[in-house]
Amino acid sequence: MAIPSDRRYSESHEWFRVEGNIVTVGITKHATDELTDITYVEMNPVGTDVSPGGAVGEVESVKTTAEVFSVVGGTIREVNETLGGDPSILNEDPYDAGWLLKLEVDDASALDGLMDDKAYEQLHG
Amino acid sequence: MSSTTETGPRNTPFEKLHERFGGQMVDYAGWNLPLRFGSVIEEHRAVRASGGLFDVSHMGRLRFMGPDACRFLDRVCTRQIHGMSEGQCRYSLVCNEQGGCRDDVLVYRMESESYLMVCNAANRDKLIAHFAEHSPDFDVSIDDQTLATAMCAIQGPRVMDLIGGVSREIPALKRFRFTIKDLMVIKVIVSRTGYTGEDGVEVILDAKMATPALEMFLKDFGENDSMVRPCGLAARDTLRLEAAMPLYGHELTEDIDPLSAGLGFAVKLDKGVEHPEVGGFIGQQALQEVADRGPARRLVGLLPEGRRSPRQHMQVLDGDRVVGEVTSGCLSPTLDRPIAMAYVDVACCSPDTSLQIDLGRAKVPATTCELPFYKRP
Repeated sequence: MAIPSDRRYSESHEWFRVEGNIVTVGITKHATDELTDITYVEMNPVGTDVSPGGAVGEVESVKTTAEVFSVVGGTIREVNETLGGDPSILNEDPYDAGWLLKLEVDDASALDGLMDDKAYEQLHG
Repeated sequence: MSSTTETGPRNTPFEKLHERFGGQMVDYAGWNLPLRFGSVIEEHRAVRASGGLFDVSHMGRLRFMGPDACRFLDRVCTRQIHGMSEGQCRYSLVCNEQGGCRDDVLVYRMESESYLMVCNAANRDKLIAHFAEHSPDFDVSIDDQTLATAMCAIQGPRVMDLIGGVSREIPALKRFRFTIKDLMVIKVIVSRTGYTGEDGVEVILDAKMATPALEMFLKDFGENDSMVRPCGLAARDTLRLEAAMPLYGHELTEDIDPLSAGLGFAVKLDKGVEHPEVGGFIGQQALQEVADRGPARRLVGLLPEGRRSPRQHMQVLDGDRVVGEVTSGCLSPTLDRPIAMAYVDVACCSPDTSLQIDLGRAKVPATTCELPFYKRP
């Protein structure tokens, strides 16, 4: 699965895509492969304020439970509800249909220091 | 020693097979093993519905030989080894003096004065040291055959039918019996045992012959190949958890005794009484004391509400009071609901007791239940 070039990647395998003042957050294919079959997704509710580097939710698989973090701070404006009914979407399509949440941010510059697709692919391709 | 810290994890004799089927490899107890080949849940369901093949070459295989082999094994095993007939396997614990579990093992009675023990990979070096410490008074030689051999498990309701196509003897084996087969020029030990809750076999053979034997085996299945699919460690874990089989490091540790774990069937507390030539076993006195006063906690099943899976070390609560600790948990692919095993105070461990599990982000109600969660039909 190709790693999209329109976003940034953290060392803890989250991806961040900026559109204006909205940042969409997800986890990478490498992360979903490591987790194995995802069985449950729970993000913090819409309206929650997230501090930079703070936890935004949890993803569970048959094997383990993992916290998801956001490098950038903001307010949760939308959560991908379809994952509640079918968490396996996250395994199948982590970069598109498997997005986790959307944050409204004042300043997305914290993302500038993250890896681009090429750097991430070199590490975990 | 099997230390591989400088060279990285050791490959098993089935490494080419893992590569061929695209296994996602992980380091498990110093061995390079497939976590999964595709979806874990699909592998799990394949084993429940038809069949799965697991590489379990990482398990330790120790051979005991000599006039005192039986007497020595009776010293270190909680189960009685004396009286086992050739071709029989027995599940046993190896305990410390305090009655805690050093490991859980399967003992095979081979020809006279010869036994084979299959132990957990992570405990192999520890057990070898333990046996060396306790064997000087016995005329027994202990040979670690782990690296010279390979082992795989073929498990599922269709497996015996499929094996029936190549052998009439194997499907006629009773549970916990084995036979030694000459498959062309390859000598293999086939036992009707497993760790999935399904019928099936475990196969031990020469390491060099592992890949050719399996290719022959799979070829013989012909068009039925898909009836047995390769499975990884992750499915092995969810399968054994549904079947409530203990996993060392989770349900069993050096601090947990087998009686609390519900493994009383494998502890012969009166060993040496009926047959005085059989001595007592290490930990016998401590376990007799546990039996006399009764365990403080017992291993129980927990059925949590909702979809979240409890994990090892999460606390079990009765209101504000901590009454137990989760040892294993997952979303059961067969039951399509979360399940967990936990040690719970005996006061709260009768079936249908309402408790809670602290999942970190929330506390969820959970009801105790009898084990196992799954029994094959």
